[in-house]
Amino acid sequence: MPLLDVRDLVVRYGAVTAVDQVSFSLEPGETLALNGPSGCGKSSTALAVLQLRRPESGEVHFEGRELTTLPESDLRPLRPRMQPVFQDPYGSLSPRHRIRDAVAEPLKIQGRWNADDGPARVAELLDRVGLDPAYGDRHPHELSGGQCQRAGIARALASDPRLLVLDEPVSALDPSVRAGVLNLLADLQDDLGLGYLFICHDRAVVRHFADRALEMRAGRISSPQPGSS
Amino acid sequence: MESEALLSVRDLRIAFAGVEAVRGLSFDVRPREVLALVGESGAGKSLTARALLGMVPEDATTSGTVTLLGDTDLAAQRGLHIALVPQDALSALSPVHPVGDQLAAAVRSVARVSRKEARARAVAALDRVGIPDAARKARAYPHEYSGGMRQRAVIAMATVNEPDVLVADEPTTALDEERRDQVLRVLGEQREALGAALVLVTHDMDVVRDHADRVLVMYAGRLTELGPADAVLGRPRAPYTAGLLASLPEHDAPRRRRLPALPGTPPAPGTLPPGCAFAPRCPLAADLCHREEPEPQEVEGHLVACHHWAELPHPAVDLFQEKQHASS
Repeated sequence: MPLLDVRDLVVRYGAVTAVDQVSFSLEPGETLALNGPSGCGKSSTALAVLQLRRPESGEVHFEGRELTTLPESDLRPLRPRMQPVFQDPYGSLSPRHRIRDAVAEPLKIQGRWNADDGPARVAELLDRVGLDPAYGDRHPHELSGGQCQRAGIARALASDPRLLVLDEPVSALDPSVRAGVLNLLADLQDDLGLGYLFICHDRAVVRHFADRALEMRAGRISSPQPGSS
Repeated sequence: MESEALLSVRDLRIAFAGVEAVRGLSFDVRPREVLALVGESGAGKSLTARALLGMVPEDATTSGTVTLLGDTDLAAQRGLHIALVPQDALSALSPVHPVGDQLAAAVRSVARVSRKEARARAVAALDRVGIPDAARKARAYPHEYSGGMRQRAVIAMATVNEPDVLVADEPTTALDEERRDQVLRVLGEQREALGAALVLVTHDMDVVRDHADRVLVMYAGRLTELGPADAVLGRPRAPYTAGLLASLPEHDAPRRRRLPALPGTPPAPGTLPPGCAFAPRCPLAADLCHREEPEPQEVEGHLVACHHWAELPHPAVDLFQEKQHASS
């Protein structure tokens, strides 16, 4: 069974069809890239997969369950298992919260926090993404872009996800730190068997990082790119 | 230093509240060349570009000299002999004036010509960058232009007075690959037609490879390496350049899931380590590097600021294979 199976997805903004009959599937442990120019519908697809925006039509099957017809109350227990990581590392974290509170928040919301081992869990997550746990005391503006993106990944991991939806996760980073974050994502996938829906406009990055890639153009899948592996 | 220089920068230093962001930079821009200024956030490349235009922020303390065509009064030459191609086309144009009026105003700001003549030059500049029906489009407002046309319009604005030097600060950073190539093509054609030099600030090595004659690599406000683009990219002599190039995913190389990576993060101004600013991230760093900042020296046609350039292997990829848990 695929981890994610998207069929005939349609997203509209008023009269504009941003995503037009898009279908793809993703296996556990696999990276599928969505590649294409600005405005081609990559990010709208990501939002619809995450059910952060309800699609106009089509189906999103995640771990065998069809999400588009589920009421929000039934979606809520599934949401931790599919986590987003966004492009802007600073915009993804509240500027007022310390890093450790940002990482602890999903645990608290999901009722998985307890005062005894919660802090140790946060330290473990920060260590897992290559951040010295001492950075937990800092605010986002006190971290570099790469460190901040690592913190965002730690926060996503706090929910024990199976799928990460990575929307241009390295596009805002300096070139010399980009490779380190991509390597981290590769390690996490190897260790945890995560599926990645990887949205990226940079073909060279896609070629090295993705198992398969789909090219989007004007809301449609225009061509499957040759499998890179 | 060199009689062929159009623009000369000597020991440029720019500081904010006593913290130097550009720390003693010297280089020349030669007639008709494309010089890429490469570096990461905080390297000082945008500030350097602004200094070339005499546009350093008012709260900055500047020393050193920038000489354009024998003259150090840069503000007086801005728009006439040197012009900026801005990064963000939308915010570079006023939304409340027709595009042609804005170009005509740029003409009359540096030349005593009639409104009619200014207008004619504006239309001609729009026509040169490939805006269809330029005379009519000159009367339209920026919001009536498509994104690509707006990019062309700001290039027309920068070239309307036929300057000797164009300075483009990350002209393609926010663009996808197609738009990027289009903007660079138009910019290249205009530069060619005017016989102007272009200083291209970028962090995109593909852009450097395809468009630059020479490249100046900056790190933490200093020159790390300067030389012909094909030589610097083909055989870097500074460890930072080598590491940066090794960490980039390549279009043609066999697929590698794990990329070589530089550990750590570029230093922010004011938090520089002693000695060479790159030493904490450098696989070749030794005692001297942590004590003494290297000066640029000539190495086979490059300028290289590194104590240990001679020990840098080629290719250097193996030096940068990442250890687990590099904290960047």
